[in-house]
Amino acid sequence: MNRPINSSSSPSTRPTTNDTSSASRSLQSAAGTTSGNASGPQSLPLAGGASFLRKAEVVARLRRRLPANAVLHRAEDTTPYECDGLSAYRQTPMVVVLPASEDEVGYVLRECSALGVPVVARGAGTGLSGGALPHGEGVLLSLARLNRILSIDPLARIARVQPGVRNLAVSEAAAVHRLYYAPDPSSQIACTIGGNVAENAGGVHCLKYGLTVHNVLRVRGFTVTGELVEFGAEALDSSGLDLLALVIGSEGLLAVTTEVSLRLIPRPPLARCIMASFDTVESAGAAVAAVIAAGIIPAGLELMDRPAVQAVEHFVHAGYDTDAAAILLCESDGSELEVENEIARMQAVLGEAGASALRVSQSEEERLRFWAGRKAAFPAVGRISPDYYCMDGTIPRKHLADVLRFIAAMEQKYSLRCPNVFHAGDGNLHPLILFDANTEGELERTEAFAAEVLEKCVAVGGTITGEHGVGIEKINQMCVQFSAAELERFRAVKLAFDPAGLLNPGKNIPSLHRCAEYGRQHVSAGRLPFGDLPRF
Amino acid sequence: MSDALQTIAEQVRAARAMRRPLRLRGGGSKDFYGGALQGHVLDLSGYSGIVEHEPSELVVTARCGTRIAELEATLERAGQCLAFEPPHFGPQATVGGMVAAGLSGPARASAGAVRDHVLGVRVMNAAGEMLEFGGRVMKNVAGFDLARLHAGSMGILGPILEVSLKVVPQPQATQTLFFECTEAKGIEALNRWAGIALPMSASLIHDQHLMVRLSGAEAALESARAKLGGEVLDPAAAATLWRAVREQTHPFFADDRRSLWRLSVPSTAPRLDLEGPQLIEWGGAQRWWRGEADFAVVCDKAAAVGGHATLFRTRLRQPGAPAFHPLSAVLQGLHERLKASMDPDHLFNPGRLVPTL
Ligand SMILES: Cc1cc2nc3c(=O)[nH]c(=O)nc-3n(C[C@H](O)[C@H](O)[C@H](O)COP(=O)(O)OP(=O)(O)OC[C@H]3O[C@@H](n4cnc5c(N)ncnc54)[C@H](O)[C@@H]3O)c2cc1C
Repeated sequence: MNRPINSSSSPSTRPTTNDTSSASRSLQSAAGTTSGNASGPQSLPLAGGASFLRKAEVVARLRRRLPANAVLHRAEDTTPYECDGLSAYRQTPMVVVLPASEDEVGYVLRECSALGVPVVARGAGTGLSGGALPHGEGVLLSLARLNRILSIDPLARIARVQPGVRNLAVSEAAAVHRLYYAPDPSSQIACTIGGNVAENAGGVHCLKYGLTVHNVLRVRGFTVTGELVEFGAEALDSSGLDLLALVIGSEGLLAVTTEVSLRLIPRPPLARCIMASFDTVESAGAAVAAVIAAGIIPAGLELMDRPAVQAVEHFVHAGYDTDAAAILLCESDGSELEVENEIARMQAVLGEAGASALRVSQSEEERLRFWAGRKAAFPAVGRISPDYYCMDGTIPRKHLADVLRFIAAMEQKYSLRCPNVFHAGDGNLHPLILFDANTEGELERTEAFAAEVLEKCVAVGGTITGEHGVGIEKINQMCVQFSAAELERFRAVKLAFDPAGLLNPGKNIPSLHRCAEYGRQHVSAGRLPFGDLPRF
Repeated sequence: MSDALQTIAEQVRAARAMRRPLRLRGGGSKDFYGGALQGHVLDLSGYSGIVEHEPSELVVTARCGTRIAELEATLERAGQCLAFEPPHFGPQATVGGMVAAGLSGPARASAGAVRDHVLGVRVMNAAGEMLEFGGRVMKNVAGFDLARLHAGSMGILGPILEVSLKVVPQPQATQTLFFECTEAKGIEALNRWAGIALPMSASLIHDQHLMVRLSGAEAALESARAKLGGEVLDPAAAATLWRAVREQTHPFFADDRRSLWRLSVPSTAPRLDLEGPQLIEWGGAQRWWRGEADFAVVCDKAAAVGGHATLFRTRLRQPGAPAFHPLSAVLQGLHERLKASMDPDHLFNPGRLVPTL
């Protein structure tokens, strides 16, 4: 079942270094712990004595090559790693390893696969779907110490980095060349490139500049058996099947990343942002479609409804219109002339689409203030509720108004509030259900609410996750989105890379058994795909 | 249309029952490309038509047999286009073949490749069942990205029956500038220019000339031209030039006395030590070379600079001879296991992408 994340934490209290020490584990779930739920199909329940011996053996084998302080096994050392950003799911790993070089990563994988020990890779642990949730009888492989930017080639516009490098650190290092790395998840001060690759992370500028998969040229890493492998190249393509595309977004199930070549792009000389107010959420949703239909691809296009705007305004004073039913942030970037032109076109379209007020940022400072509100939306919402749960469905833009109405109806049905803040340009929703885990039954109502919304996303032709991944959180909804034959193909891919099922077992791809237990039939948009064909 | 699909499924099941390999064919415009053709033809051109195009969604969904020309005409009427400018190589070229071959045109370096625009696919497995991966939305991370994996798969994973592609608005204006310069200077200039925010949408170095196409708002083109200098090419001549490069009707490509090789290399790589004429695209990252040489020798030279080689067109294509750069041992193993798990009887396009598969 889905579990909430706790609201009382904000990105500013998240780790700002790659250090995953206990101090950085700021997320505490009021929902309590759910130990043991991480066991994948491959885990062998070992009796106490046997598991103790096993642990001793694993620790001894790893310490043959790694220093003692890089192989942790005492509860006080391993507990800080018991969860990622989805903190209601917790599981202490048997052992935590902190390799400091690519060679050490290879060694760890070779030993673990020889011993048949499951391995879960971990970056900064900001994932929101439990992807980095440890395995109770496995090794948690932290890549945090592989945190060097190896090179930046300004002429070729390529940064070579280790997986533990923080997303924002890449753009900071490239800034002297007036270059940057485009994908900018809201968690970019903390999340790592290795984690971004594993989740195919997106950000507010994805509509124009693409997701992680569009901005990564090459991934080097190890297969589960510790063989070094390269996917992609610093050329624009490579021979054979596009395994680079397959590995990106594979949630650490196919390989462990140890080096990445990132495409850098020139920083646009100017950016300006329009804040548009609307009297109804529906008209704001329709305006999003109108902008795109006019042939404009904004650098960012985000929507916030009134409850979100009000929470944010009290928190950051971004100057938002708190009377509007919804506001849109619509950004243009490029040369001065281009921006001037595009802003004028955007204003015209938004005006025609019924905006009740339009404000254009007059300075870089004002533009950043507009965005500061959007970026602080989660912590701001956290201040008005003891807990919140962040969803991540994507839908075709034309269904925005419909799905927003559906969410409003669910608020009534479950008696829970649900502000909306999201990447409207991509149709990527992040409804935030507010609840109090200490109130009897609210957690269960939240989970039922969330499940209905995700299934609605699938029903209108969308998906259960746009950027946060399936992890452990949405594994049941995978049974709703995909047919048995499709899931079988996913399992076939997993098997080709990891026949023993040791890399991040139990995540992302549900077992047949799991879907049978969840008891949902996959139906796409109210009909079976190719319903006119006989099924076998 | 479901009749056409029915027929395809029956042929796949029959082939499986008889263990008779299939050669998947759309319009046949790319028959020359990849490993030599083998197997019984499975004609996919009959399953055609645009299923859905809603301009405000920036997505089009088309069946595999739809001609690329028809798709592009539909998009054009809505002021949109395929950003990656796929080469057709013939009027009969289909959308399924376009995705399977994974070839992109002049805009590749700035706009991305076919794979960057594939949002979803419907494919058929060896049991004749339909599978759907990805969808019609811009962001989707549910499960492994099997939709993108089909771009450039050369059909070895099975028939691609329907694709959803991200489309983009047509540029408001384009302009082509030309300069006289050496190959080395041209490569250096293109890389430098790509590092400053300029609306470059295509480039070409050939025969002591550098051509740069700019696309975007008028205002953007003006300021770019002021920065770059160069001469402005007549718009009609420019359109003809880029079409000729994309469709390989340019004189460099038309002369087929020697084999045509595609060298995909890091954009700043020096010229490979190969005798013969070259045409350079994609800001330096795609280099076409005409000449004869041992396959392994060319591959080694490309690999030495971090790239790979393809024997793109040749009159000397031998059955079983490789067209694509050999894979590392680890990647070869992964390909073998992927193929074994997705197409255990090796029904689909044997040898077309990897000689042994
Ligand atoms: C406040 C907040 C805002 C967020 N905003 C966004 C957003 O705007 N867009 C977005 O896309 N996401 C967002 N996220 C989610 C999260 O930050 C991203 O998914 C991020 O990519 C995770 O990176 P990480 O380093 O924390 O990875 P982790 O959480 O440590 O791991 C994530 C997954 O990657 C795997 N992994 C990590 N490193 C490796 C490696 N080297 N090799 C193989 N597998 C590996 C793990 O096993 C796990 O499955 C947000 C999260 C928070 C808390």
